[in-house]
Amino acid sequence: MLVTQEQKQQPAAGAAAGKDTAVGKDTGTGAAAFEPKIVAFCCNWCSYAGADGAGTARKHYPANVKIIKVPCSGRVRPLFILRAFQKGADGVILCGCHPGDCHYMTGNYYARRRMDLLLSMLDYLGVAKDRLRVAWVSASEGARFADLMNEFTAHIASLGENVKLRDMRCRK
Amino acid sequence: MQKIEDLMRAKAAAVLADGAADCVLAWKRGIFPYDHAPALFRRGDDLADLVYDVFCPANLAKYLLATSRAGERAAVFLKPCDTYGVNQLLKDHRVVRDRILAIGTPCGGMVDVKKLRGAGCGTILAVKDRGDVLTVTTAKGPVTVAKGEVLLRKCLACKGNAYQIADDEIGTPRGTPPAPADRYAEVRTLEGLSPDERFAFWRQELSKCIRCNTCRDVCPACTCEQCVFDHPGSGVDGKAYVDTSQEALFHIIRAFHVAGRCTGCGECGRVCPQGIRLDLLNHKFAKDIDAFFGPCQPGADADSPAPQSTFRFEDPEPEAVTRQDDRRDRHA
Amino acid sequence: MQKIGVFVCWCGSNIAATVDVARVVAAAREVSGVVYAADYPYMCSEQGQDLVARAVREHGLNRLVVCACSPRMHEKTFRACAERNGINPYQVEIANIREQCAWILKDKDEATAKAIVLMKAAVAKALLDEPLAPGESPVTKRALVIGGGIAGIETALDIAEAGYPVDIVEKEPSIGGKMAQLDKTFPTLDCSACILTPKMVDAAQHPNIRILSYSEVEAVRGFVGQFEVDIRRKARSVRADLCSGCGICAAKCPSRQADSEFDAGLRKRGAIYIPFAQAIPKVPVIDRTQCLKFRTGKCGVCSVVCPNHCIDYEQKDEILTERYGVIVLATGFELLDLKRFGELGWGRSKDVITSLQLERLTNAGGPTEGRLVCPSTGREPKRVVLVSCVGSRDTTDRGKTYCSKICCMYNAKHAMYIREKYPDTDVTVFYIDVRTPGKGFDEFQRRAVEEYGVHYIRGLVGKVDVHRDGTLHLTAGDLNSGRQIEMEPDLIVLAAAVTPSPDARRIAGLVTASIDNDGFYVEAHPKLRPVESPTAGIFLSGMCQGPKDIPETVAQAGAAAVKAIGLLAKDKLLANPCTARCDEQRCSGCEICVQVCPYGAITAEDKTVVTLEGVRETRPVAVVNEALCQGCGACSAACPSGAMDLKGFTNREILAEVDALCW
Repeated sequence: MLVTQEQKQQPAAGAAAGKDTAVGKDTGTGAAAFEPKIVAFCCNWCSYAGADGAGTARKHYPANVKIIKVPCSGRVRPLFILRAFQKGADGVILCGCHPGDCHYMTGNYYARRRMDLLLSMLDYLGVAKDRLRVAWVSASEGARFADLMNEFTAHIASLGENVKLRDMRCRK
Repeated sequence: MQKIEDLMRAKAAAVLADGAADCVLAWKRGIFPYDHAPALFRRGDDLADLVYDVFCPANLAKYLLATSRAGERAAVFLKPCDTYGVNQLLKDHRVVRDRILAIGTPCGGMVDVKKLRGAGCGTILAVKDRGDVLTVTTAKGPVTVAKGEVLLRKCLACKGNAYQIADDEIGTPRGTPPAPADRYAEVRTLEGLSPDERFAFWRQELSKCIRCNTCRDVCPACTCEQCVFDHPGSGVDGKAYVDTSQEALFHIIRAFHVAGRCTGCGECGRVCPQGIRLDLLNHKFAKDIDAFFGPCQPGADADSPAPQSTFRFEDPEPEAVTRQDDRRDRHA
Repeated sequence: MQKIGVFVCWCGSNIAATVDVARVVAAAREVSGVVYAADYPYMCSEQGQDLVARAVREHGLNRLVVCACSPRMHEKTFRACAERNGINPYQVEIANIREQCAWILKDKDEATAKAIVLMKAAVAKALLDEPLAPGESPVTKRALVIGGGIAGIETALDIAEAGYPVDIVEKEPSIGGKMAQLDKTFPTLDCSACILTPKMVDAAQHPNIRILSYSEVEAVRGFVGQFEVDIRRKARSVRADLCSGCGICAAKCPSRQADSEFDAGLRKRGAIYIPFAQAIPKVPVIDRTQCLKFRTGKCGVCSVVCPNHCIDYEQKDEILTERYGVIVLATGFELLDLKRFGELGWGRSKDVITSLQLERLTNAGGPTEGRLVCPSTGREPKRVVLVSCVGSRDTTDRGKTYCSKICCMYNAKHAMYIREKYPDTDVTVFYIDVRTPGKGFDEFQRRAVEEYGVHYIRGLVGKVDVHRDGTLHLTAGDLNSGRQIEMEPDLIVLAAAVTPSPDARRIAGLVTASIDNDGFYVEAHPKLRPVESPTAGIFLSGMCQGPKDIPETVAQAGAAAVKAIGLLAKDKLLANPCTARCDEQRCSGCEICVQVCPYGAITAEDKTVVTLEGVRETRPVAVVNEALCQGCGACSAACPSGAMDLKGFTNREILAEVDALCW
């Protein structure tokens, strides 16, 4: 059976929530501070451009965040997100154009429906509720993209390592 | 129910004789009095085996896939809850309407043989349905059992005795088991637990999975030509029993794929050899869809768009969903 | 077999100062599938691309991974480079190690580690990249220009001159826009109408231009080369084909309640009106919210007096559907509504006006025939105050953070011509900074101070009190001297911030153009593609993209026209090959994809397919029309079986990236 480190550290995580501190040392891995792995799915038209804007404006956000470019937030299957969690992502964030601004007109509306259901289901399963985030970031919101990634990374760090949804086959 | 069974047999014989149907989908007597199985009848002579009593829970809708594809016109006996599945197959364009002769068949609730055994019926030799009670002939003599006590779980979430699609009907609709005040009561109970308790529950449930795929095979909404989990190009194929997270992935994705198309027939939960509460996954999505996007009963018709293939501008923001869950968890 | 070459760019010091490119190269050499890796100071340069070419030749590369700047920058460059060297351009992946590593991180180890992970994800995707070939789609050789101000007119004229038909859609009854309202233009002080009117006439008379005034774009379908647009032609209630523009109807109209839009509310107009003397088309329009005939059923004066029987109270809006190859947005600007600037006297005194109202007051065609008067008294003002930056460079939520760019110059212009015509009138300008870059601009502003004796005070107006007798009392701070200033001006002119047209957001939605937080259209690249929207076939002209003066607007309008002409000159466009693809064997024909496709690019058709069990059968399956598919992937995410996939972003490719990033 899984070792539910996450369960053990819930009280600690709760206490540290909102603070910019990692609780990695409690995860049993010892050594250095916990560095969460964060996957950001960004739509090509708004959010990826927003991320570029963050770079161009030299706004700092953590190296933990790794971006996967997709044409539209509506391209993202829940499977991609679950797979990320399974493969060891500690947080996943899906970024798309603001509702009404989708380059493909409606893609983010479908994404929103899908994510509403996925978020609720993850919560129902008792896993990863706020490890998944959905955010609308426009091409001109570079600073906001950076702020969002800073905040999200700090939040995930406070939650500690994702254990519940992780595939344990090859990593013990 | 003897009378209904006779009417069904007569109807089946008639449609086969006059060519109204090439074949008849019904239930066939098993070795024991409680293990009737779905069956395809092609000849009037075989109809002696046709059976209908409290041990015919199987939803025959999905068998229409094969008959429709073969170009055959099938008469199919459908309990009220099974009719939803036919509509869903029609909506998904998986069956051809002209190849279906839907015969509404009254149902008074189906019995869970395990519960019956639990109610003091060891070796069951015969069962007589007397409406509210069953008279069971056991090796140790007759036992009377209240039917309400031994109904299948899926019957406890009964959607009523109305046929959503029927070209013909047998007898008159019967009283159905009292519909639960809240179909989602159990989902709500589970939601009310703490995240860790929920996780513990699902870990326990899903780790039982042996990936036999029976849930998938029986589901009238699971009709892909090839399941993504069997498709080598999907990147997620493979079904080795390895890890709870693998099973969670399979079951979440499966529930997701049928979300908004699942009619709530409960067959997945009924057939699971491991007794996994799959109904609670599907009911959760159904409940959320109702709450987030407006009331929706898949299978109530054959043409309204599925919730996942449409949207409203005022759909809730994901953030609102998370916040709502937060509030509930604080109360838990 | 996949033979991948990894090319790591230094981007001068942009990348190399923060990312250890040598370590990225070393790491790349360890990745399975990579047979060559190298770094170079500027991979996009000719020498850099030669290095790629040589590596392809010498190592037999068939896929490229370039670790460099954003793919939005140079993906095209490296795809073209690949193609020249015999590699399919869609077997090139970019790892964005500049915007996503070097520019957001300071620690070299951290940036290098992230760059290596991004490189690995790009390699993982490249391993699965299939060769793709773009399809072709035809170009409708007609342009749509939305907005008929100077920007739209200029763009339309340039496109028309190149030989392509153009439609101008203008929501107002006449073209001309804001420039038609101006009196004089800086820095030459030539009359605005004198230079605009001939342009308007040119547009009206050009055989390739059709002006659809009093019309609005209602729906846009299709995509670059093949837009299909519904245009609502609002009912004028006047038959344009019969009207001679005599104006008798407007003169006789008994309704005089409405504020003239053209005169910025300084004059009333009839319910039936021609906005201004030089209007094109010179056809009146009935404002049905004002017209007595429409409101009460009684009147009909205009119909009686019209010599040509043009009045048609029954006229209905019409929808015109037309196809276009390109769309140019020239929706212009408005002035910020100053209702939240009551402390400056706005809304409390008739003698506190906007700069646009001042233009009308000094214009010979305006409500006072060019005589500058205080609106409250009708007397010439002796002391005029011009206030800069009202709502511009304002970080509070009532204003705009940006500089409106034109106000410093028009304040100098206004000050000069007030002093020119009324030498006895004292003019004071309050400013935060005077910003006058531009040819002849600074000289112009200096003339205002040095030759015309305009007082410039660096400082903010704190408040304006309106006395019971209507006189104004102004309190301001002089930032240079630190003193408080009290004044009793007769007229206060507020330089309100410019804002995008309120219609811009709606139109952005229709054509899926991006807009920024302020509502201006976003350009595809702020420096290198300033007149293109990120959406193919949509171009930007004038103020709708950001504040600019007339010379800049005209320059940009011409640039937008050239880009549009470049597209219209093509017979075929290469389509994006990253379109949806249906695996017919696995498609179960549920048609969910058909429902979610925003382009109607998917249909269910009966096809003979061999099932996975080897049975040949005919059944409905999804068929993608690649000419219509825009590659959003909505279908591929909605498809339960994974039969529908998106080329260039396949399920397996995205999962491979996920795996590479998470492992």
